[in-house]
Amino acid sequence: MHNFVSQIWPSIVDGTTTGAIYALMALGYTLVYGVLRLINFAHSEVFMVGTFASLFTLHALHINYAPGGIEAIAVFAAITIAAMTASGLVAVGVEYVAYRPLRKRNSSSLANLISAIGMSFFLQEVFALRYGRDLIPFPRILQKNVLFHIGNAEVRSDMVLVVASALVMMFILDRFVNGTRLGRGIRAVAQDASTAVLMGVNIDRVITLTFLLGGVMAGVAAMLYGTFYEVTQYNIGFVIGIKGFTAAVLGGIGNIRGALVGGFALGLIETFGGAIFNAQWIDVVAFSVLVLVLLFRPTGILGESLQRARA
Amino acid sequence: MAISKMRKVALPSLLAAGGLIAAACGSSGSSGSTATTSAPAGVSIGFFGALTGPNAQLGINIDDGVKLAVQQYNANATVKVSLVNLDSQGDPSQAPQLAQKAISDKLVALVGPAFSGESLVADPILEQGQIVNVTPSATNPALATKGWKFWHRIVGNDNAQGPAGAEFIVKKLGDTKVAVIDDQSAYGQGIANIVRQTIPTLGGQVVTSQSVDPNTPDYSSTVNAIQSSGATAVYYGGYYDAAGRLLKQLRDAGYKGAFVSDDGSLDPKLISTAGSTESANTYATCACGDVSGTPAGAAFVKAYQSAFNTAPGTYSAEGYDAANVILAAIKAGNTTSTAINSYINSHSYTGITKTITFTSTGDIKGGGIYVYQTSGAGFKSLGLVSNLVG
Repeated sequence: MHNFVSQIWPSIVDGTTTGAIYALMALGYTLVYGVLRLINFAHSEVFMVGTFASLFTLHALHINYAPGGIEAIAVFAAITIAAMTASGLVAVGVEYVAYRPLRKRNSSSLANLISAIGMSFFLQEVFALRYGRDLIPFPRILQKNVLFHIGNAEVRSDMVLVVASALVMMFILDRFVNGTRLGRGIRAVAQDASTAVLMGVNIDRVITLTFLLGGVMAGVAAMLYGTFYEVTQYNIGFVIGIKGFTAAVLGGIGNIRGALVGGFALGLIETFGGAIFNAQWIDVVAFSVLVLVLLFRPTGILGESLQRARA
Repeated sequence: MAISKMRKVALPSLLAAGGLIAAACGSSGSSGSTATTSAPAGVSIGFFGALTGPNAQLGINIDDGVKLAVQQYNANATVKVSLVNLDSQGDPSQAPQLAQKAISDKLVALVGPAFSGESLVADPILEQGQIVNVTPSATNPALATKGWKFWHRIVGNDNAQGPAGAEFIVKKLGDTKVAVIDDQSAYGQGIANIVRQTIPTLGGQVVTSQSVDPNTPDYSSTVNAIQSSGATAVYYGGYYDAAGRLLKQLRDAGYKGAFVSDDGSLDPKLISTAGSTESANTYATCACGDVSGTPAGAAFVKAYQSAFNTAPGTYSAEGYDAANVILAAIKAGNTTSTAINSYINSHSYTGITKTITFTSTGDIKGGGIYVYQTSGAGFKSLGLVSNLVG
């Protein structure tokens, strides 16, 4: 157990870092669920496309080193915009191809689910056939220097980047949904779609906007993942997608701030589960906690869903 | 090694599966024999393995090594040796009839059977017919457990990597505090468990033992456990993709110690995944040897090249060594199968891949496992583990 004590601070730091990525992914699930009552299982591939977009941007810019100063800012801006654009477009594309035709025909939610799984396989296989099934390494674009210590834990520059970027993006999203006219449209459709239509809200545009926002968040997560883990693969989104979905449910699906809480909670539960028990128990611990939380709070930690969120 | 991942080392399961395909395809080559070298009043040895069919390349590699050994031997020998090819097509269903043929042709010894699948059916017949058989390539551990007296193997089996990895860490690297990690696969966990058992017997200590999910992106809790355990070496049982990611995250967290893995990680992809600086002080074990580093090995490569107009392939050197083990016994005046058998059981032979001494089960002493170290974008051989640890 003395080992565990020395792992407390490192577990907090690592759990917060992975939790930030989970939280960004959870936002995509939560937004779409809040508006459409639909779990977008193709969201993991939206993430995957984002990692490839940032990798290809690095290749196109011939960056295979860690740039400094202005160049670093320019490179990070470029890969962030590339990943956000690619993921956002894929998310909107998935909605347009896989969900909208079904919605127009009032099909069942099961049909939507199968359509989502189909899109997921389609995108995975396209990337597998085009770029192979092996891991593809990223160049190191950020020196992983230790910036400061918390307790006995080292806090590296890449961890700070991940957590800070994720928090900034979540703050922007929260302000957008709760403080703008377009955001009001999203909340209106989430609360009551038919009434919103009667009030003149263009529901198709709101749904497109929702997928776009979720995709953009996944794009940021993908850029951060590429910088932090420095690898990608055609099926890289699968595990991260499951974790993001779990985080969304844990925090309260449909609730934007719940996604944030769920993401960080899941990250911390995992690293502490690994530290207290053993690495092979991580998923057992994480899902046991999920089940316990849902037993006592069936709507997740924050519970309150998007449609009943404060206006 | 799992069937799903093909590596450059041919594996028994893989080979057996290939054999089934060979049977299904019904390749044309009949399982006849061809005498390639004949000499009057001499003895005959055979090569038993696939020379046609989908896995023929491996058999041809071995057979060419055997041919070269026989040619070199006959150049100045009193008792000439002729070589008979028994083409199994890698198909276990052809193996019994070929084993019977070896008996009726009065062969004194065989190089082969090349694959584990055909070995399992042919070896009991060869045992009954008392024909010495030395396999250069069938690595299934179970073959050594049958109590066969005429069966020998000159490569390390799939289970030998664990003890070799543990010995390398404790005795060669001098690291006594070892973290042992596995990927929960039959292959990776199997080897890692043997490492876990072996390290304490060598005076080392397994300071943390973890099983990771090879598909998960984040190994931070495992990395923290390794760091706080004070391990100076990490053993990883599994494949290169997860090994590469774990190694990268270990180095990022400041771990400087050795990283040792198995032949599942012996792939340049390990280095491209982890990064070249991160891959320093990283090793992988394998039953596969690289002979070009020694003078004898270099001479073999040259002779092979000029005889067959191609570089030696996988297991060519092992085929050459297996034949020479038998030929050394014949040279010493043993011309019957039983005499050859007792000679090779009691004498060591220094071949180009390793010094070959058989244990009582017929397996090679010391496991015959090589260790490789990362070098640039690839791996370079450090030689046999048994030589390194002295």
